[in-house]
Amino acid sequence: MPTSKKFMYLNRRAPYGTIYAWESLEVVLIGAAFDQEVSLMFADDGVYQLVKGSDPSEAEMKNFLATYRTLGDYGVRHMFVHQASLEARGLTQADLIEVAWEDLDTEQEVDNIVEVVDTDQAACLIAESEVVFSF
Amino acid sequence: MSIVVNGKTLETDEEGYLADISDWEPSVAETMAQQDDLELTSEHWDIINFLREYYEEYQIAPAVRVLTKAVGKKIGKDKGNSKYLYGLFPYGPGKQACRYAGLPKPTGCV
Repeated sequence: MPTSKKFMYLNRRAPYGTIYAWESLEVVLIGAAFDQEVSLMFADDGVYQLVKGSDPSEAEMKNFLATYRTLGDYGVRHMFVHQASLEARGLTQADLIEVAWEDLDTEQEVDNIVEVVDTDQAACLIAESEVVFSF
Repeated sequence: MSIVVNGKTLETDEEGYLADISDWEPSVAETMAQQDDLELTSEHWDIINFLREYYEEYQIAPAVRVLTKAVGKKIGKDKGNSKYLYGLFPYGPGKQACRYAGLPKPTGCV
């Protein structure tokens, strides 16, 4: 019987100033092959990673905003966004992309796995994760 | 490394993946397949076209697990398994089909 663990990827940096956001995304994509229970958390400048319509072409970076939308296909069940970080940057959930999730075996569907959580919830979600990767 | 398609020399990486996805045209896939002694059928093209659409939408090549599931959903339930995909692309659907489709080598387990 394979055992699965709760994995949390914590993203705290802006998407295009450093390589952290893309590296985190790549680790999530690779880790998806191992059938774990995977959640992502976006806090601090990390919330900018999910802002709709961002375009890094002038910075000559690959635009990977679209790649987040396939994470549901890679077994990611939750993408949490820290509310106070959003508010501090003048953003709301309406500014963020939506990511759908579907289980093809059971045909269970979730329209949007991006969920805004308050500080207490965020702390609890991180605390109850068995493995936390911080980027 | 490079590949010559219709008289044009296109740059590839050391594993034969196109350096620039915008160089791709259908005859790239046909030329690569010829070099592998493989004749492309409409079943191959279903997968190649699917990969190109997926890449355009998500900016990555899908992991083979994701490819298998998506093929089952979009092309036919009987085709969403690795036996079918390996039958078409004996060098591995992730690697070989992505190469024919002009995509970069997929991330992760292929």
